[in-house]
Amino acid sequence: MISINKEALDQIRRHAESSYPAECCGALFGVKNNDTRSVSEIIPLPNRWDGESAKQRYLITADDYIYLEKTAEEKGADILGFYHSHPDHAAQPSDYDREQALPVYAYLIVAVEKGTARDIACWVLCNDRSAFSRETMNVTSS
Amino acid sequence: MSVRVLIPSALRRYIEDKDTVEIEARTVEELLDKLVSQHDELRRQMLTEDGGLRGFINIYVNDQDIRYLDKYQTRLKSGDVVTIVPAIAGGVA
Repeated sequence: MISINKEALDQIRRHAESSYPAECCGALFGVKNNDTRSVSEIIPLPNRWDGESAKQRYLITADDYIYLEKTAEEKGADILGFYHSHPDHAAQPSDYDREQALPVYAYLIVAVEKGTARDIACWVLCNDRSAFSRETMNVTSS
Repeated sequence: MSVRVLIPSALRRYIEDKDTVEIEARTVEELLDKLVSQHDELRRQMLTEDGGLRGFINIYVNDQDIRYLDKYQTRLKSGDVVTIVPAIAGGVA
């Protein structure tokens, strides 16, 4: 399960809408206890793809990842996962999402339809990399 | 000829939660072989079924990307630091 507050989800929605028709991306910081990931902060990041590519893909580079690891350590947080948008597509992972994912992370996807954020769903890749399973999302008020 | 390998948080669960391991290796290829040989899950996450490095896994030797050195044949010497860093990617297509 992933627990995230409404303000963080709204922040992700706004990022997705302001990036449309490109994909947005960012990291989810927080703590993990057993099977529950509790998001304490989101870290918006630039999509390193540009032009037409950015409409179908997002990229957080190795340098960005190093920055995230250092930042998480400074904050005493864990990198719980990442979010990105699917412009004019469902909030379901694509084959490309699966090829690029790591099972340790949660992947939150927000569907954006004609510039307006719609569904949000959270996914975790199974260890054998064959498929994602959908995570229960607990939205808190604070 | 021992080199230090820095493991990213994303992969530590597959290597007994270690953030660093010491490996004796003369090339990056040998280092990767030894690193994954006793960790099947690490192999699955880092390498494709053909044995190649997954596209989102980056390897640095003393902060230099092996793609700009001699790739897998990059030679290692005692005291080198090898860093494994994933990129994060995806998208609708």
